[in-house]
Amino acid sequence: MTAAIEVRAVEKRFGNVGIIRDLNLSVAKGERHAIIGPNGAGKSTTFNLISGHIAPTSGEVKLNGDLISGLQPFEINRRGLSRSFQVTNVFARMTVWENVRCAVLWATGHRYAFWKNVDSLPEVRERTAQILDDIHLTHRRDVPAGLLTYAEQRELEIGITIASGATVVMLDEPTAGMSNAETERAVALIRRLTEGKTLVIVEHDMSVVFGLADRISVLVYGHIIASGTPEEIRRDPKVKEAYLGEEAH
Amino acid sequence: MTTAATSTTKVGADAAGGGLRFYGVWLIGIVVLIVLPMIFSSGGSLTSFSLIGIAIVFALSYNILLGQTGLLSFGHAVHYGLGGFAACHMMNAVVSHGWPIPLPFIPLFGGIGGLVFAMIIGWVMTKRAGTVFAMISLGIGELVASSSLILRSVFGGESGITTDRTALPKLLGWSFGPQLQVYYLIAFWLVLSAIAMYALTRTPLGRISNAVRDNPERVQFIGYDPHVVRYLAYCFAGFFAGVAGGLTAINFEIANSALLGAIQSGLVLFSTFIGGTAFFFGPILGAILVTYLQLGLTNLTTAWQLYFGIIFIGIVMYAPGGIAGLLMMHRPLIRAGTLWTVIPSYLVAIVPTIALACGVILTIETVARFSGGDAINLFGIAFNPTSPVTWIAAAVLVVGGAFVARLTWRRIAEAWDRAATVARDRGYLA
Repeated sequence: MTAAIEVRAVEKRFGNVGIIRDLNLSVAKGERHAIIGPNGAGKSTTFNLISGHIAPTSGEVKLNGDLISGLQPFEINRRGLSRSFQVTNVFARMTVWENVRCAVLWATGHRYAFWKNVDSLPEVRERTAQILDDIHLTHRRDVPAGLLTYAEQRELEIGITIASGATVVMLDEPTAGMSNAETERAVALIRRLTEGKTLVIVEHDMSVVFGLADRISVLVYGHIIASGTPEEIRRDPKVKEAYLGEEAH
Repeated sequence: MTTAATSTTKVGADAAGGGLRFYGVWLIGIVVLIVLPMIFSSGGSLTSFSLIGIAIVFALSYNILLGQTGLLSFGHAVHYGLGGFAACHMMNAVVSHGWPIPLPFIPLFGGIGGLVFAMIIGWVMTKRAGTVFAMISLGIGELVASSSLILRSVFGGESGITTDRTALPKLLGWSFGPQLQVYYLIAFWLVLSAIAMYALTRTPLGRISNAVRDNPERVQFIGYDPHVVRYLAYCFAGFFAGVAGGLTAINFEIANSALLGAIQSGLVLFSTFIGGTAFFFGPILGAILVTYLQLGLTNLTTAWQLYFGIIFIGIVMYAPGGIAGLLMMHRPLIRAGTLWTVIPSYLVAIVPTIALACGVILTIETVARFSGGDAINLFGIAFNPTSPVTWIAAAVLVVGGAFVARLTWRRIAEAWDRAATVARDRGYLA
């Protein structure tokens, strides 16, 4: 079976500085895969490389067996990969409803249409309402996104990411900055919304990682040093040394 | 602009009866346009109304860029001017070939002129937003304006291209010789263009344009190419600017290089910004005010551009939402029923604010007319610009007015905070 995401021998250099070196990663379809690693290990850069935000210096990235490295982010998105951002990245002056609806439009085939009334597209309306319901923001639908609380903005961020119905979802630190109760809620939300999809998640909270992930990859200095089930990662001596040991203090 | 659609909360409670109110506003607008020349029928009013109508179409087209898509253009008049030239050439061609095209169809060709040029240069221009776009638009503006003087066969050099609107085939017996008929032609195209541009804001492209304005990076991750979105928005803006240019060509029966220059580009930016870019009707208010001021002030004072500058700086600094923004600020207060608590503070502020404004006007006019020597006439009172009495009066008004006005403005702010807090508690303000 072809992997949902296949990263092979990817390198990214900024000038002389190699941020990512010989990165290899394989995520099977339907798998929940977490990427962990110390600060500055290149987790967000890895996300940016896969989602097309930046192009790799060398190596290749495949989505469902198709080469996607070098494509524009919107081209990759149209092929069914969607991502969220570590720093909330929404449409601040538009309402919650508009934010989600914009994310639904391409996937429902309306593209750049300037001959349709956006308010009278039943499938867009239903899907937007469904997603608002899923992320528990229906009561805030007419509030500009910039005026939401931080936790609400994080939920909206997830809503925008899943709105297109992408089969591969990448979440960059979805619970960063949340309280314990909010984190619990967010994890339940992620678990429910990514049912049957491939999920790649970057996360610092180890309880989230070990509770959610089927497999874990450990990234240190732009290189994946171990990849396996949570149990295997826990036992891996290299990981203990490089990462978990640091965390334990 | 708000989307009524299917609101459930009070914050966006436009839904109930929103449809009726929505069509009501448009109907009232159309009725006003029809009735206006019957009430003010003098030649001067008809000329003013015609110019205002054209300015509204132009400003609305500019807001497709600035307000809807977040593109700051310094060269929008290029499309306005080229639309004007296209319309003039078309009118002359219709006359010389005897084509059966009556005058009311001519603005469409103006629009096509603006559109075609937008389609050609737009792709390169909209590759990036922000400063890059602004700089390229400035360059293109200068390029086309100077070309218009060099390429004489197309632009007619200094004198421009003239035409005769009455030589075209008549429509229903209308020759479009009298200004009244031209006014109705402009009003017709104004309504048509305004409806089309409003409808554009409610399409998938219109909404994605807003998303590109707010966050072009994120748009890429929901499947859209922000470059294509900006390009399409640019083409629409170019088309409607061309329609406005075509109307100008009909109105003046001439198109010349002044139509596509930097002054026109600046004026439309000015109108749109003063009116307010965040609401669809903002540029309409701005175009009305700026055209009216332009026509009125030029008769009253030689320093009229100075007043424009002061108004612009004032709006940018103290009311970046423009007139529309100022008006719409009051909507939650009206809904929450707390508007009456701020009205008294407004009334108190009126007197010192007017005193301050009079002081500023007196100062400017004193300086402007000092060597010319003709008297300043302010509200029926004559002031001699060389007399120290005038200088003292100006100084007292400026200093005293500013001092008292600042106190009253602070009271407005306090009253506002109280009213807004109540409105927020009652759920009318997010």
